Amino acid sequence: MDFELTEDQKLVRDTARDFAQREIAPKAAEIDKSSRWPAEILARMAELGFMGIAIPTEYGGAGLDPISYAVVMEEISAACASCGVIMSVNNSLFCDPVYKFGTEAQKHGPLTEVASGKKFGCFGLTEPMSGSDAQTMVTSAEKCEGGWRINGAKNWITNGPHADYVIVFAVTERSGGKVKHTAFLVEKGAPGYSQAPADHKLGIHAAHSCTIHFESCFVPDSAVIGKVGDGFKVAMATLDGGRIGIASQALGIARFAYEQAVSYAKERKSFGVPIAQHQAIQFMIADMATQIDAARLLIWKAAAMKGEGERHSLESAEAKLYASEMATRVAHKALQIHGGYGYSTEFPVERAYRDARITEIYEGTSEIQRIVIAANMLK
Amino acid sequence: MNLHPNEVEALVQKTARDFTDRVLMPIAAQIDREEAIPRSVLKQLADLGLMAVRLPSEYGGAGASTVAYALAMQQIARGCASTAVTMAVNNMVGEVIATFGREEQKQKYCTRLASGEYCAGAFALSEPGAGSDPGGMRTTATREGDGWVIQGEKQWITNGAFAGIFVVWARTAGKEALPGAKGITCFLVEAGTPGFTVGRAEDKMGLRGSNTTSLQFDRCRVPNSAILGEINSGFKIAMMALDGGRIGVSAQAIGIARASLEESIRYAKDRQQFGSPIATFQAIQWKLADMRTELDAAHLLCMRAATLKDARKPFSSEASMSKVFSSEAAVRICNEAVQIHGGYGYTREFAAERHLRDVRVTMIYEGTSEIQRMVIARSMLA
Repeated sequence: MDFELTEDQKLVRDTARDFAQREIAPKAAEIDKSSRWPAEILARMAELGFMGIAIPTEYGGAGLDPISYAVVMEEISAACASCGVIMSVNNSLFCDPVYKFGTEAQKHGPLTEVASGKKFGCFGLTEPMSGSDAQTMVTSAEKCEGGWRINGAKNWITNGPHADYVIVFAVTERSGGKVKHTAFLVEKGAPGYSQAPADHKLGIHAAHSCTIHFESCFVPDSAVIGKVGDGFKVAMATLDGGRIGIASQALGIARFAYEQAVSYAKERKSFGVPIAQHQAIQFMIADMATQIDAARLLIWKAAAMKGEGERHSLESAEAKLYASEMATRVAHKALQIHGGYGYSTEFPVERAYRDARITEIYEGTSEIQRIVIAANMLK
Repeated sequence: MNLHPNEVEALVQKTARDFTDRVLMPIAAQIDREEAIPRSVLKQLADLGLMAVRLPSEYGGAGASTVAYALAMQQIARGCASTAVTMAVNNMVGEVIATFGREEQKQKYCTRLASGEYCAGAFALSEPGAGSDPGGMRTTATREGDGWVIQGEKQWITNGAFAGIFVVWARTAGKEALPGAKGITCFLVEAGTPGFTVGRAEDKMGLRGSNTTSLQFDRCRVPNSAILGEINSGFKIAMMALDGGRIGVSAQAIGIARASLEESIRYAKDRQQFGSPIATFQAIQWKLADMRTELDAAHLLCMRAATLKDARKPFSSEASMSKVFSSEAAVRICNEAVQIHGGYGYTREFAAERHLRDVRVTMIYEGTSEIQRMVIARSMLA
């Protein structure tokens, strides 16, 4: 048994850490405050291969393994959680399913453009009245001559305002009690495709999301990803991988908050000594460090299983559930250690606190993760 | 990265699992009720190599890794936590003697622990007034002629009544000369040495099958050859034993919690309320999901600490993380298991009740949760 990263994985981590600390961290507060899309950072991330880490090089990716992906996600998110989720959506929610289920034409076209970072991808599953329960999906696609017509709306689509391609899930069969879905690869600007203005959110301000509308939007037959009627399977397999990405984002945010808390505790004095000398603070720090390590081990376990081609729904759900709830706890305690300064936007721990909160919600809420875990246990 | 046990480790794990399922599970309630582990059980554990997992084969051990030891400990604790703690102490006594002992000490004591000739070994560090802070130790050893005279009292000694060999820490230098824990020496004291008596067994909440006593040393004479390691360097031995012991307690906590979780799943699928098994209610599913997630995280922390120890890398902080996380998660898991069982969980008809009593001590012995947090924080703030 061996819990060490390989030399290659360490090199990837060091590259990501060095880049994130040098080029992203100094801008993180500014891009949060201004809510601007960090285009120049994303261009550099594309150069480093971070927009399609686990995609083979022949399709524009970096050809690395899922653990490397998790490690880079942690490093990028420790500098800027918005950059982290932009990257995660591009990698896990767009590149992965197109690579796994797409046609050769889709892989040589859109996948290669998105994995190389020349273009952006996004993932349209959630709807205004349908989130965790895909059976209630309203968006539909009707067969027509040479293709399909999609009608409906998708919301909270991260990267939506900037994406060149969106994977859209639509109901293609409604016979009997159950509905069947199909995944489509839609290009922005297809007739009938339109976007609402970007959403206003508690955190991850630079990761823009929006609602996307489809009004009798025509896509050719070649836009289908996987088989017609297999959309739910595509979505679930995608989310198993996506959860590793979001868990790693949560881990990065938590690590950042923890590091801020440790350095503040060593500086700040009360009762004549640095507050790091008080057991009340030491015990918070010990718990934060332990929980961060526990989350990282769960993530690496899930990523290692994905890399070995094993089924990892349970492990991904555990990693996502634990890491996200850990991140909100750790950010909460880190803010507490900062006292009043923690509540002010002058210190970055306030941003971490806001950013952490989303990780318990997207790509399956904590409640959905528990359903997945319990279902696996009670089989 | 490779998160799979190797062949030997998997074999040790399987040996322990089979023994637990076949021998321990059926008699665990009886061991708890009668407050004794049958000697034959201890002998069988020795025959399977589980009393000396880490010892080299030349001393009768299994020659396996810390990972193997922790996996075996999880399985034995899954069956009977009292048996597990006896096994844990034996293994650590053997390991400490093998690490710090002279050849004749190893030949004599390690082989007897491994073979089961000694039912058990024991550690004697804690005292009535000195637990987490060994610097407060009052037991002394004074040089007299060609030996030493030990005087004092020890408390919470697991296996006290039937151990054949005791690792005893005593102050050998004045606090003025060597303050704190610096003037402490480690001695190997055989059962029956004149002046050494074992007190009555403690009446404990859990681990009722395991034996815990006080020890009295009243002008107990031991020869120079009883010293383990160097004079005045006993503290180092204690810390080594505790770091390793924490991996063992972490594994023990995980094993008890695993048993609790398995029983909870079984019960939840079986028990009907409102017309369906309670496993179909989200209130119960949520508990099971949290129990499983925390258990898996604890297991990974435990395995990480064990692999670091096997690789001879520093593992003190990781062992503390594993211990505090596993023991606290295990207490929560066993508590929820009682809750899932409802009224039945509060009775001795189901094992959940025993598990909750047994698991509680894992937050206390081999360094309380508070001590683990001090160790971790010290390392993080260094």
